[in-house]
Amino acid sequence: MGRPRLAVFKFASCDGCQLTVLSLEDELLQLAEAVDICYFLEASSRMEPGPYDVALVEGSVSTEEDLQRILEIRQNSRYLVTIGACATAGGIQALRNWGDHAEFLRCVYAKPEYIRSLAHSTPIAAHVPVDFELRGCPISKQQLLEVLAALLAGRRPKTPEHAVCLECKRRLAVCVAVARGVPCLGPVTQAGCGALCPAFGRGCYGCFGPAAQPNLAGLTNHLQAAGMAPRRLVSGLRLFNAAAPAFQQESDRLAALEEAER
Amino acid sequence: MVDQATADEQYLAKADFQVLLDLLAGEGYEVIGPTLGEGAIVYGPLRSVADLPRGWTDEQEAGHYRLVRRNDEAWFGFVVGPQSWKQYLFPPRTRLLTAKCEHGTWKMQPAEEPVPKYAFLGVRACELAALDVQDRVFMHSAFPDPHYVQRRQQALVIAVNCTQAAPTCFCTSMATGPRCRQGFDLALTELAEGFVLEIGSPRGRELAARLPLAPASEQQCRDAADARAQAEQQITRHLATAGLRELLLSNLNHPHWDEVAARCLSCANCTMVCPTCFCSSVEEVSDLLGEQIARERVWDSCFNPQFSYVHGGLVRHNIRSRYRQWLTHKLATWHDQFGTSGCVGCGRCISWCPVGIDLTQEVAGFRAAADRALFDRRPGAGEHAASVSGQGRGPSGLSASRPFLQQPRGEAGRPLPDEAPELGQSDAPGSESPRSTEGR
Ligand code: SF4
Ligand code: SF4
Ligand code: SF4
Repeated sequence: MGRPRLAVFKFASCDGCQLTVLSLEDELLQLAEAVDICYFLEASSRMEPGPYDVALVEGSVSTEEDLQRILEIRQNSRYLVTIGACATAGGIQALRNWGDHAEFLRCVYAKPEYIRSLAHSTPIAAHVPVDFELRGCPISKQQLLEVLAALLAGRRPKTPEHAVCLECKRRLAVCVAVARGVPCLGPVTQAGCGALCPAFGRGCYGCFGPAAQPNLAGLTNHLQAAGMAPRRLVSGLRLFNAAAPAFQQESDRLAALEEAER
Repeated sequence: MVDQATADEQYLAKADFQVLLDLLAGEGYEVIGPTLGEGAIVYGPLRSVADLPRGWTDEQEAGHYRLVRRNDEAWFGFVVGPQSWKQYLFPPRTRLLTAKCEHGTWKMQPAEEPVPKYAFLGVRACELAALDVQDRVFMHSAFPDPHYVQRRQQALVIAVNCTQAAPTCFCTSMATGPRCRQGFDLALTELAEGFVLEIGSPRGRELAARLPLAPASEQQCRDAADARAQAEQQITRHLATAGLRELLLSNLNHPHWDEVAARCLSCANCTMVCPTCFCSSVEEVSDLLGEQIARERVWDSCFNPQFSYVHGGLVRHNIRSRYRQWLTHKLATWHDQFGTSGCVGCGRCISWCPVGIDLTQEVAGFRAAADRALFDRRPGAGEHAASVSGQGRGPSGLSASRPFLQQPRGEAGRPLPDEAPELGQSDAPGSESPRSTEGR
């Protein structure tokens, strides 16, 4: 039996997650040894046709062609792993889900008639079954290695689903929310980044999306009581993972609240 | 309690304090104590008296902590911060072993991390109590933890009596402070120009013999007693402990749990900062080819949903059950397990809860309800087991309990437009730039 065949595909995205694959550096040679990298346009012009054992998919579905392409990829892949916030929750481009698509096209492009895109940016899992979702904007190198190692070993990947706070405390960082009054999404955001932002004195921006069973209202009620306008909370929740169901529902609830107050 | 000077009290001038640090370093100790860092007073290496947060204090309330400049130059003029000594004795991450597969055979290698010889300087009374609580867990239990035992046995403890208290402190309720009574090698009470020093162990006596000490004068002993009394007088928070275990365990299905669950984020901060919480998980990481693995023990918490995962689902599948686990373990079942409360009254979980949940208030809530005789009086302890084991299959389970193939997410909605995100920036109302980093 040959080495497992790996393919890396891009949809609407910034390429940052694919770059994480390339920046594996120390492990890249081992990876090339362990798998046959059949399709990875960011790294090589080699384009082997499927079937693939593992497809890593970056980016959200944003055009008519994407809709077709993701079906083909799914059909050609044993395991389909989405990588990053775009692929798992629509990405920053999902902000257009709340806007007027035609209006955006008119404002941004000199010749909007050349642009063919869908009115919504949607996660891959909205279109095809996904075997594993790797969160993050961008994904974490360690988690990527864990998923690949797990798939190679034939076991289920293990990535934490708890809040960032646990990682923050394990690295002995001081809570920015309590000690500096910085609004922080850490308590409702899934771990994986190693509490990068809090460790540098910034609040968590939620780039790994909602943690398991997040209490969004618990956090936003508290921040509102501390004087934060719902409008600002809506902005905070609609960022990298605006279309993740938990963030989306809470931002919609707050937006309706804001509207009602007006 | 009458706080009288003992014949054993000595005086160490601040001008001579560096001698103590140098002596400890000379004996091979890594001296750890309070120091400024990241907007709070944290524990770290102390090489010189200049590393102490001299002239700083902490302002604490539920969900609130700020470093504030004092109007004097006190060396220990603050209480406890976000960290505790547990991070040295029970580190957040401990490598247990590594294993390598060579020619088809696995070789296990126990991790041989050097065990530093610590001298803890500035241990408060509630922290002495917390060390004792963790000793019961890690040292005096049926399964002593070798990592903890070794670190603990060679650690030297220099206590500092509190001379002020924060609004979050309630050591008097838990009978753990503010006076340091046992569990130290040396104990200090700070005066303006020096420290009144007490000896608590043979090791402390040896050390004291090599310090430039003078017998403490009557006046110095009186001043020290006054300073300690001030801390006690400043304590305002109270936790009524009488009948607490029964109160909690007989109200496992009380609606108040739902009320607190609506506020609690299940973020685990309270358990991370608690000096007695001892939960951990063992993780294994492998290289890509599965030929080398490392096994590590990391801090974990009953607030982590995955922590209660057993085959098939989560035992504590909602915040209500997780908050209940935390509070009842701390204040009730800890007694059954270790013969003491799991809470020493340090107030960390109150200050460092991002939404300011205060266990003393929650307990007061249960008490008030009990006094109003509004309790749901269905059976207690037996029901606990039943309700816990019946919680495995909620609709809100983690994806850990979902099939390997994840469900497709729904289409995104089309609500209101909005402007640029602001969360995460320190310009929110009530925020301020950290004052701790000044001059550092
Ligand atoms: S309260 Fe929770 S984290 Fe703390 S020791 Fe008990 S079960 Fe563990
Ligand atoms: S439960 Fe809270 S007050 Fe009690 S010891 Fe733990 S952190 Fe301190
Ligand atoms: S009580 Fe506070 S610190 Fe503890 S898990 Fe709940 S929100 Fe987090």
